[in-house]
Amino acid sequence: MSIEIEAVSKSFGTFAALKDVSLKVPSGELVALLGPSGSGKTSLLRIIAGLESPDSGRILFDGEEATKRQVQERQVGFVFQHYALFRHMTVFENIAFGLTVKPKKSRPGKQEIRDKVHNLLKLIQLENLADRYPAQLSGGQRQRVALARALAVEPQVLLLDEPFGALDAKVRLELRRWLRRLHDEIHVTSVFVTHDQEEALEVADRIVVMNQGRIEQEGTPSEVYDRPATPFVYDFLGSVNLFHGRVHEGTAQMAGINLSSPENASANDAPAIGYVRSHDIAIGRESADGAIRAEVRYLLSVGPLVRVDLALSCSDRTIEAELPRDEADRLQLQVGEQVYARPRKMRVFVEDYQI
Amino acid sequence: MAWSGRKNNVLPGFTPALGYTIFYLSLVVLIPLSALFFKTASLSWDAFVAAVTAPRVLASYRVTFGSSLAAALINAFFGVLVAWVLVRYRFPGKKLIDALVDLPFALPTAVAGITLASIYSQNGWLGRYLEPHGIKVAFTPLGIAVAMVFIGLPFVVRTVQPVLEELDQEIEEAASCLGANRWQTFRRVLLPTMLPAILTGFALSFARAVGEYGSIIFIAGNMPMVSEITPLLIITKLEQYDYAGATAIATVMLVVSFVMLLCINLLQKWSRRFAE
Repeated sequence: MSIEIEAVSKSFGTFAALKDVSLKVPSGELVALLGPSGSGKTSLLRIIAGLESPDSGRILFDGEEATKRQVQERQVGFVFQHYALFRHMTVFENIAFGLTVKPKKSRPGKQEIRDKVHNLLKLIQLENLADRYPAQLSGGQRQRVALARALAVEPQVLLLDEPFGALDAKVRLELRRWLRRLHDEIHVTSVFVTHDQEEALEVADRIVVMNQGRIEQEGTPSEVYDRPATPFVYDFLGSVNLFHGRVHEGTAQMAGINLSSPENASANDAPAIGYVRSHDIAIGRESADGAIRAEVRYLLSVGPLVRVDLALSCSDRTIEAELPRDEADRLQLQVGEQVYARPRKMRVFVEDYQI
Repeated sequence: MAWSGRKNNVLPGFTPALGYTIFYLSLVVLIPLSALFFKTASLSWDAFVAAVTAPRVLASYRVTFGSSLAAALINAFFGVLVAWVLVRYRFPGKKLIDALVDLPFALPTAVAGITLASIYSQNGWLGRYLEPHGIKVAFTPLGIAVAMVFIGLPFVVRTVQPVLEELDQEIEEAASCLGANRWQTFRRVLLPTMLPAILTGFALSFARAVGEYGSIIFIAGNMPMVSEITPLLIITKLEQYDYAGATAIATVMLVVSFVMLLCINLLQKWSRRFAE
């Protein structure tokens, strides 16, 4: 089922959580709402579910108006960050809950419910824990039960609110890959909220980046990552370095180097900010065209990467570069050494756009 | 579970802690209670049976335990309601009502008894309207239950309230997303979560009602066989210097109360089996 959000606004008191947001989620896609806390992503999710009602705007399910529909009628599966399992019920009873509260006419028989729950238990790989209580499960297991419970009623839409937020790093990684595979199997239209850009990039078909109640950009993970539409998106996805300078007729001048910036061809000596991702900075010992002289201040290996803090010679600012481990091994960098840093890719925004 | 908490325990030493606990319990509870049994033992078995099964005594058991049970049930229902309203809704005067709930704890029971008796008597504020409908409250078993409800209410409210406050909104939202209506959510999700607390409140309210004396004697009328409670009967025996007879009845009350509380505790344990 496709979801359409038309010009939805929502305020809590004086705080505007959503400002005129419109979004289309095509049927069968897995969409991530990505943004910092307070960006309105959870409010949007709860409005889709019917747990909140919008101040203005409409929600359409498959082209049909659903704004006024009750939560119970919307056929959405909702997965909460803190699982929200019924703690007095066993895993089996939790998953069966949605089926057992159906009105008598449409309620499946006991045997049918049992079969269905066992299939779901198989799907979430917890077949032998059917009689446990939620208190006896680990966080990852609980979240899988919550997911199975939401899927039991065969929802038209699956909504997940920071589903992996309360889990530790390893389980989170495992579970999000599992969610991706699961979605490839069952293809239910899904929207999940996250503030973890890595999670969104890895799991989602499409990413909707939100900030201060508005959508900043939507697109496939590679679109959003490679061609950020706004400085905010650049800043939010991955670590980034800022260069201040000017841009004039398609050429940016930053930190003493010239770079071409074709998207700002019409700019006329405007103040601008250049964004360079940490891994888009090449470090060499030889002076080269477009390279900035800098001093190595700090070296830190983080897993497969080595983080290098560089102090620019032309200003008192430092930038951060990330090198693959083998590259760093080859260079044999020393703290205090003079090197040349060359931005391989820079995106320049004229400063008016700056928030 | 291990018997001793020797390892990784914050409290100093299992042995002294348990020792003090037993010492205190002995001093305050066990020794007085065993004295009760010793005194009773001065009666022969036949005399004991005769003392505790006299028709007037049997009638008083019925009145005491019956009214206590009824009062505890009423409290369990209305106590949950009061707790629900206090936790879920905001309204002017909420703090005041919250404070009022504790009043039966603080009020001398005799004052409560006299007040209730005068309100529900034939000419009282409420009694005069109930009387024409054939409802007599003061000086009947009904009055006893009213007094017991009054003194027992805070127990249920105060045990259920914190549980309700801790209940996660998300639990209810999850239930409604799964298609449950308000009633199903209450019946299948909220009530079972509250049940252990309700049972605790019920047990406390019941125990309090069984032991209540001060307020009831003013409103009960104390007619033998009709509205005479067991504690009053014990006092009566004491006034007649029949100490053994008094302790015999007290022993029966003690045992019955203990067994009932034990059952409620077991029930409560069952109701919270999910919490490991």
